[in-house]
Amino acid sequence: MKPAVSAWETHAMRIVGIRPEIDGVATYDLAFTEQAGGDAYQFRPGQFNMLYLPGVGESAISLCGDCRAPDVWKHTVRVAGRVTQTLAGMPLGSQLGVRGPFGTGWPIDQWQGMDVVLVAGGIGLPPLRPAIYELLQRRDEFGCLTLIYGARGPRSLLYTAEFPTWQSQGLSVLTIVDRASAGWTGNQGVVTSLLERLELPNPATTAVAVCGPEIMIRYTALAAAKRGIVSERVWVSLERNMQCAVGLCGHCQLGPEFICRDGPVLRYDRVRHLLSVEAL
Amino acid sequence: MSADPIDNAALWLGPKAGLQQVIDALRRTGYTIVGPMVDQAAIVYGEIGGIEQLPRGWTDRQAPGQYRIEQTGRDTYFDYVVGPHSWKKYLFPPRLAVAAVVPLQAGWQFERPRDDPPTYAFLGVRACEIAAIRVQDRVFLEGGYVDAAYQRRRKPAFILTVNCTLAGTNCFCASMNTGPRCTEGFDLALTELENGFVIEIGSERGRSTMADCDVRPATEAERSAGVAARQRATDQQSKRMNTDGLPQLLMANLQHPRWKDVGERCLSCTNCTMVCPTCFCSSVEEVPDLNTGRIERQRQWDSCFHEEFSSLNGRPVRNEIAARYRQWLTHKLSTWHEQFGTSGCVGCGRCITWCPVGIDITEEVAALREPAL
Repeated sequence: MKPAVSAWETHAMRIVGIRPEIDGVATYDLAFTEQAGGDAYQFRPGQFNMLYLPGVGESAISLCGDCRAPDVWKHTVRVAGRVTQTLAGMPLGSQLGVRGPFGTGWPIDQWQGMDVVLVAGGIGLPPLRPAIYELLQRRDEFGCLTLIYGARGPRSLLYTAEFPTWQSQGLSVLTIVDRASAGWTGNQGVVTSLLERLELPNPATTAVAVCGPEIMIRYTALAAAKRGIVSERVWVSLERNMQCAVGLCGHCQLGPEFICRDGPVLRYDRVRHLLSVEAL
Repeated sequence: MSADPIDNAALWLGPKAGLQQVIDALRRTGYTIVGPMVDQAAIVYGEIGGIEQLPRGWTDRQAPGQYRIEQTGRDTYFDYVVGPHSWKKYLFPPRLAVAAVVPLQAGWQFERPRDDPPTYAFLGVRACEIAAIRVQDRVFLEGGYVDAAYQRRRKPAFILTVNCTLAGTNCFCASMNTGPRCTEGFDLALTELENGFVIEIGSERGRSTMADCDVRPATEAERSAGVAARQRATDQQSKRMNTDGLPQLLMANLQHPRWKDVGERCLSCTNCTMVCPTCFCSSVEEVPDLNTGRIERQRQWDSCFHEEFSSLNGRPVRNEIAARYRQWLTHKLSTWHEQFGTSGCVGCGRCITWCPVGIDITEEVAALREPAL
């Protein structure tokens, strides 16, 4: 299912599972209606699909499942526009179209032998989850693994049921919320505050992967730099208006980058100067 | 551009009505001929069958925000520069079905719509337009993903260029190294003189096309007259853009006050992007057939000047016109180099002519070169 032949080649998939996550967010398990499609499909952690609802339109959604589990393709979706709103009303068994996978992935092989800090904000965790699965699958190849995860409030945290498993497999999970509510005894503040006081035994060989609001990405990279992690070892997943997904329609440009094709995962030193310009 | 060499192998076709033979030869080969014609007070491109449809005796007068055609009283077919159309509309159609879906009992069947474009012969392509086609070749054929629809049209297209023998007020191809002389990328190149055409052969199919026409080797006098006529287009050109170090200069000046200034003049009407022969942005619209339920996904030209173009989570990234103009200009003249190894501007001047408020890209670049106060 390489899109090189035709970017518009669309495959039919069926919704085989719907899991409500938090308010306005659900995870959809998709399966190819033809076995051949599923056999050919492979993705790398960090890549995305274009989910297509005929008559409504398309939306770029990150793959958030395990790239080694070939039966279902998971997409955690927040209701944010017409397509995602319509999807939210579709019952189990419905069919939709999928193009993909597109874009760059997290450079997990480059992190071998390094400590890895994953920083996620809100709905920025799903694009990082396949990387978490992969890091834990190959746990021996990496040093300390840490997830710093921030959300608006305790009820906005995704995938919390999986945290104990991740912890037991060797990922240190740290959470923080903007606004605490009754019963929350954890951290309150922004994700950068956790990064600022995180124990970093080997800053020179630590990689940081960030996904979340752009402002969070910038401050996280700044905090990383203060801790001795240079921008050449920070990777970010960016979001723009992705439509064709192959760098031909022009909508997702950020300076010279077509975020759909050159990203969404980019090394920070490549885009730092672009993100600092407002409305670029 | 280097001095215009005399092509010793050039042919002479005269009198000028003999051009019909070339059109006939191309039609016999199966080409659909597209060429210049007068329509709605402009010289535009459309399908033609005979030389009587060409803009004989017409010229165009252009200035920033202005375009007029006038009769000259001269017996010339190609005495104009470029109009609002470009060949882009044939190679990258303004609206084209890229996918289709048919509803089934349960679910959908995804289809690839039929696309059987005619085999085009473009008559009257200017040097800057060949350059523009080559820029779009890089975008659609050499950028990693091949656009099949563009490829289907581009590959077999026959290019008959006509060298400019005059320059318009808004032309600046010489400074962009894209003209005015056609040097490559054509099958046949014509230079129009008073009594006939000097013809250069650019390809084997160009040669076989001319084999069916009443031509003879051009005399030295005719060839020299061709050189002199082409020289006029160079000599008349006064507008220029200084491209020295421009890609870096623009990216180093993303906060230049000129962006705000031009943003106050720009209407964000999208004209410049529609007439630009290299702009390639598009979006896809769902077009349902209410009788059958079949939905066609139609790709259409889009523009970075539309507010919703950069829309992200319901809000535009580039909400101010100044930001949108900055995107257009920096893309065209700077980031295009990084993306496609070439400038996105060929110096045709269309964006200047068709801007309703006469914004001149060369003036904007000159102003951006001035240090911010």
